[in-house]
Amino acid sequence: MIELADVSKRYGMDGRWAVEHANLTVAEGELVALLGESGSGKTTLLKMINRLIDPDAGTVRVAGRDVRGEDPVALRRTIGYVIQQVGLLPHLSVADNVAMVPRLLGWARGDIDRRVDELLALVGLSPGEYRTRFPDQLSGGQRQRVGVARALAARPKVLLLDEPFGALDPITRVGLQGELARIHRELALTTILVTHDMAEALSLADRVVVMCAGEIRQIATPRALVTAPADAYVRKLVDVVRTQIAQLHALADGAGAARGEASEGARDLEAARGESPGATGDVE
Amino acid sequence: MSNSVGELIAGMPPLLASHLALVLVALAVACALGLPLAVALAGRPRLASPVLTVAGAIQTVPGLALLALMVPVLAATGGLGVGLSSFGFAPAAIALTLYALLPILRNAITGLRGVDAATVEAARGMGMSRGQLLWRVELPLAAPVIAAGIRTASVWTVGAATLATPIGQPCLGNYIFAGLQTRNWTMLLGGVIAAAALALILDAILAATERAVSRRPRGVLAAPVAVFGVLVVVVFGVLPRISAPDGPRVSPVAQAPKTPGTPGRSAAPGTQPGAASPVAPVAPVAPIGRVKVGAKTFTEQYVLAELLRARLEARGLEVDVVESLGSNVVFEALRHGDLDAYVDYSGTLWTNQLARDRGAPRWQILSEVEGYVAREHVRSLGPLGFQNAYALAVRRDTATKLGLHALGDLAPHAGRLSLGADYEFLSRREWTAVRTSYGLGFQRTASFDPALLYEAASRGEVDVISAFSSDGRIAAYNLVVLDDPAAALPSYDAMILLGPRVSDDPRVLCALGPLRGALPVELMRRANLMVDHDHASAKAAAAWLLGQAAITETCQAP
Repeated sequence: MIELADVSKRYGMDGRWAVEHANLTVAEGELVALLGESGSGKTTLLKMINRLIDPDAGTVRVAGRDVRGEDPVALRRTIGYVIQQVGLLPHLSVADNVAMVPRLLGWARGDIDRRVDELLALVGLSPGEYRTRFPDQLSGGQRQRVGVARALAARPKVLLLDEPFGALDPITRVGLQGELARIHRELALTTILVTHDMAEALSLADRVVVMCAGEIRQIATPRALVTAPADAYVRKLVDVVRTQIAQLHALADGAGAARGEASEGARDLEAARGESPGATGDVE
Repeated sequence: MSNSVGELIAGMPPLLASHLALVLVALAVACALGLPLAVALAGRPRLASPVLTVAGAIQTVPGLALLALMVPVLAATGGLGVGLSSFGFAPAAIALTLYALLPILRNAITGLRGVDAATVEAARGMGMSRGQLLWRVELPLAAPVIAAGIRTASVWTVGAATLATPIGQPCLGNYIFAGLQTRNWTMLLGGVIAAAALALILDAILAATERAVSRRPRGVLAAPVAVFGVLVVVVFGVLPRISAPDGPRVSPVAQAPKTPGTPGRSAAPGTQPGAASPVAPVAPVAPIGRVKVGAKTFTEQYVLAELLRARLEARGLEVDVVESLGSNVVFEALRHGDLDAYVDYSGTLWTNQLARDRGAPRWQILSEVEGYVAREHVRSLGPLGFQNAYALAVRRDTATKLGLHALGDLAPHAGRLSLGADYEFLSRREWTAVRTSYGLGFQRTASFDPALLYEAASRGEVDVISAFSSDGRIAAYNLVVLDDPAAALPSYDAMILLGPRVSDDPRVLCALGPLRGALPVELMRRANLMVDHDHASAKAAAAWLLGQAAITETCQAP
């Protein structure tokens, strides 16, 4: 469905490569997570799929067609796009925000109205209550639900998400992650999710693409990633999650010993970061 | 005999209409230029900053200077190549447009740059084209900031438009200039209050439009266009109809009660036998339309303009008075046919147009000036009979104490005396000539509005002033004029000048020709004093003057 062949991109003539010789094929119906720290090139890679960024070298194909031959505006209307800050238009109601792409495509009014209700229901917002609200009358989680509904309005087969849950509190985040997995399955979407959250990538994705400094370090299923990390960097990322889980267990096991062991765990984490500055990052 | 508040208000609609028309045209053009420019510049900081610097530099030019500057610019470029008049509406509208451009441009650029980057990215990722992004996202989100810029511009423009009077565009400034010159504080305040009220009302309308637009975003264009349309209908359709039925009263000074023109001797029936008539007898003539009479920015000019109006109207001509014109604007306007008649002074033309820096015998100045204007296709009807020359005047007690009779007597005392002068005098050739001829070096010089000069002298704020010899206030404030034995100051014979459009029209010549030599300086002084001191209207003073003057008609009575 989506194919990136030897894709490279750098900003400015003598800047370093943001993405270097990346190869990735995403099958129809697959949910792939691009995992990495900020500056790893994962967002650049994502934006090359809907031509918000054009690569300096290599080829990007969507549904078998080279995107360089497509009109970027027309291409983007067939690909759903969700970003962390949502970017709803503050002067438009929820219904008008969701209806944006169908309107651009010139759908009939009745079709648009039906579609808006259908989508609000799909993302778990009661249409009667939320249609007429404005973005500033919504919580962060509700706003991102509207963002997802807006991205899906014109029935795209491909959905791109750029850290969609990064700004949400943990409980809301987990709830929305579950909803995303359900919607992905129900609509048989091909989904690419950019995240810096290892737990999110492991729990949602069919396959995880680990990126560091513009390079793809490993492409693997969550299980393969945990059991057979390709290099030291990937292993460290996995260890961070392990350490967190260990800390949690320690806290649950004994109130007395918990504090000491917890701080020991934190020291391990510090040490891991110290060994490889490239591996530091705010892992949640 | 004074101008009451009621008369002031009755005369206001046409001035309000032309003021508002000027403001609306300037704002509309500034928006039409500024908003697309802002859209083009918002994403290009390297281009935006020099453009904003230029717009900011224009803003620092004082309003009066910017407006006056447009007159020579338009004259030199042939009306920007499309034949715009260099007088009146066009230069005023262009100057105000430039003035309004900065706030509109700066706010629009700031507003567009301030649009949330994430919202723009989401909209692009959604598949909006450049144009859709602009109209559906960037403009609606920047609208409050853009609207604030337009509101700022509208308030500035209403205020700056009052300065359009001296370049020949009637507006609320007519009340302010005329009120200041004739010391009519009612009129001055009337103009100020009307302009302030207009600014507030316009701002309130724009604010209401802005609120309506923010609630109904699809009306982003429709609502302002609708408001603008309504204002245009008011300005061009409704207000002119409210104006008095006897034609547009462009001059607020003319708002005197309609005294039945006390024609006196001027209306004596029958022709004067034996009087050599310089013009053809009245015969059916081609219509010349309305005659435009000009007046500079001082009392005597307002009175004389009303006098010309009364004479022309008595011959059945329709007259507009365009008043409070800048001294340098008025001759150019006459030469180009934007004005038809006004009174100028031989010495003014001698120094300004002929660029002579010394005085000369009175007959020589007159004949050279008449030769000059004829070459410019302007017709002089000869001297009216009085002079309004520059003179230096001092308080009578100062003159007595220091023994001052002539300008030369000032030389030993000047180092301890101060000189007050009107705005132009200190930069005129006459002042250089007086200073060098008599060796005068004053301790201090100060510029005053001419309306305030005489009072400043009588109160002792300055010792010596530049005075005008036909000004009734010389005597009224107990001042004495110092003799000029070296003839450093040129003579200033008042003379009627006719523009090319009317210079051969027999009705105009019959109306104005007989005024030659008919106005002795004593009569002119008393007429000026009626306005300056007794707050009579210029029209009333002109009527009195016509009744007193010895006018010998040369044509059959109309």
